[in-house]
Amino acid sequence: MEAASIPGGDRSKLERSPLARFPDRALRYGLTLLAALILALIVFFFVRLVGEARPAFAKEGVLGFTFTNNWDVSSEHFGALPLVVGTLITSVLALLMGVPVAVATALYITELCPRRIKAPITILIELLAAVPSVVYGLWGIFFLAPKLQPAEQWVANKLSFIPFIGGGTVTIPNYFVAGLILAIMILPIVSAISREVMATVPLDHKEAALGLGATRWEMIRIAVLPYCRTGIVGGSMLGLGRAIGETIAVTLVIGDAPQLSGHLFSQGYTLAAVIANEFGEATGLHRSALFAAALVLFVLTLLVNAVARLVVMRANRSRNQPRQSGLGGSRSNVADLAETAAMGA
Amino acid sequence: MSAHGATPNRIERFAVSPRRRRSDKLARALVLTGTIIALIPLVLVIYYLLHEGLKAWSPHFFTTDPTGNTFFKNSDIGGIRSAMLGTIEMVALASLIAVPIGIGVAVWLVEYGKGHWFAQLVRFFVDVLTGVPSIVFGLFIYIVLIIGTGSTFAGYKGALALSLLMLPVITRSAEVVLLLVPNALRESALALGAERWKVIFRIVLPTAVSGLVTGVLLAIARAAGETAPLLFTSGATNKTSSNLGEFMNSLPVQIYNDVISPTQSVVNRAWGAALTLVVLILILNLVARLVSRRSRLA
Repeated sequence: MEAASIPGGDRSKLERSPLARFPDRALRYGLTLLAALILALIVFFFVRLVGEARPAFAKEGVLGFTFTNNWDVSSEHFGALPLVVGTLITSVLALLMGVPVAVATALYITELCPRRIKAPITILIELLAAVPSVVYGLWGIFFLAPKLQPAEQWVANKLSFIPFIGGGTVTIPNYFVAGLILAIMILPIVSAISREVMATVPLDHKEAALGLGATRWEMIRIAVLPYCRTGIVGGSMLGLGRAIGETIAVTLVIGDAPQLSGHLFSQGYTLAAVIANEFGEATGLHRSALFAAALVLFVLTLLVNAVARLVVMRANRSRNQPRQSGLGGSRSNVADLAETAAMGA
Repeated sequence: MSAHGATPNRIERFAVSPRRRRSDKLARALVLTGTIIALIPLVLVIYYLLHEGLKAWSPHFFTTDPTGNTFFKNSDIGGIRSAMLGTIEMVALASLIAVPIGIGVAVWLVEYGKGHWFAQLVRFFVDVLTGVPSIVFGLFIYIVLIIGTGSTFAGYKGALALSLLMLPVITRSAEVVLLLVPNALRESALALGAERWKVIFRIVLPTAVSGLVTGVLLAIARAAGETAPLLFTSGATNKTSSNLGEFMNSLPVQIYNDVISPTQSVVNRAWGAALTLVVLILILNLVARLVSRRSRLA
């Protein structure tokens, strides 16, 4: 390409003039700049967030802030342990309730359901993702939580011998309801990713199992589930990331009790909920503590998401290798599309 | 089977034992039950939305602003006009910001950055953005535009928070669609002497356009339903404000504020607003689906 490389002449006739090459360069560097800008933006936000959170961390210490069980606004003590624990309890509850159901829907759609209802069921499951968080909160606090309370009280009485579940009075907003709402909210994304991974199971494997005389369920157990395990784990972790960061729905159904209150059916708080509830009136150290809570939340979701991405990526890669390398990326791309659709919807 | 003598019935010899058949039936039933359980909340949410929301709908509801007079039982609390207006304005501005940047980054990732370490890094950071809780986006904007400038809430700040939220969704979906554009198309155009930028604008983007639109619509649908990033960026107000430089109402934030209210009529307004919001988002989803069905790719 270099002009000098052409003997005898100064420029190839086929080569464009520098002026004609300009738009190409401009676009290329412009877009590179844009991409770099996103990186810069994230780093900038992170640094500013750390800066705003610093007074709270300076007073309580980073570990002290995260692991002290004392969130007392009036006396300016900010130990976020009850919030961290609340976040973890609700998210884990969401996984426990949401993932089995999501995997069941994915199995039903990919393996068992009649072809005719495949598309409608898929759309219905994805509709769950189209309902905004605040609407789930509204429904949760005016319908779900009050209707569930008697049943919860019954369970709490019957299982009173188990710590953390039984005993105590059941309040209308509580950890369990928050976990249930979160389970509903993460269902579509976990289901979408599981479905995509299940669609990658080679037909040969399934036919081999059926050919050896396996029943449908045995085929699923032998051929489908082992093949999809990593993908399902990764999808669940993405769901976990969403559950940890979910704000408004949880704020409405968890009550607002920043203490570690004994059992599953009592009021609690989460990191995201405390920010939504208290930030409006917060000043000074309190506001800084809320920024610190946001930072803890940010780092927590970052870790969960990074691990989830790695797991999903590895699952897709090991899947693609035994097949033709030419098709390499396409499978995971389709999975990505489904996933972004589930997020966007 | 030996009980049948020397020539056992072929069907019986290969039949699935009752135990295996039972566990197969049981497992299938469980899977079906799981699917039905997953659909129950959808039915309940939609039923209650229609049941409670339609009661609140009236011409008055759509054409008045919230008055703030919620203290007395019979006072006129107003409707959701300003909230609808605010949601539409803020989401429109957010799209104006996020769509070009989001698609631009996707074009860079696919057309220029392929395989480059920097592209991997950018992709990772875009993924990171997808995972950031929406309330944290709100706080980012709060720190930079409210603490940073010493000013107060405004519609355009809410729109910026929403655009941060939309950006990764748009980039991810656009990247996937752009990768589906056959390389042969690019190569033929280049071989005919087209410049890279012409290939992108005349070949790649037009080929992918329906997929891009789908991604954008889904991102818009997501942004329209978000409350958390707006709580501390655009706030809420009792008057109509079509000025993006002032406090601005939005459907999700108004619903959130109304839910907490002890007055029944205000809670009813929340149901009506929620139904409006869900209808809006469902329409966006439906259009996105129709557009993607017309796609020329895949």
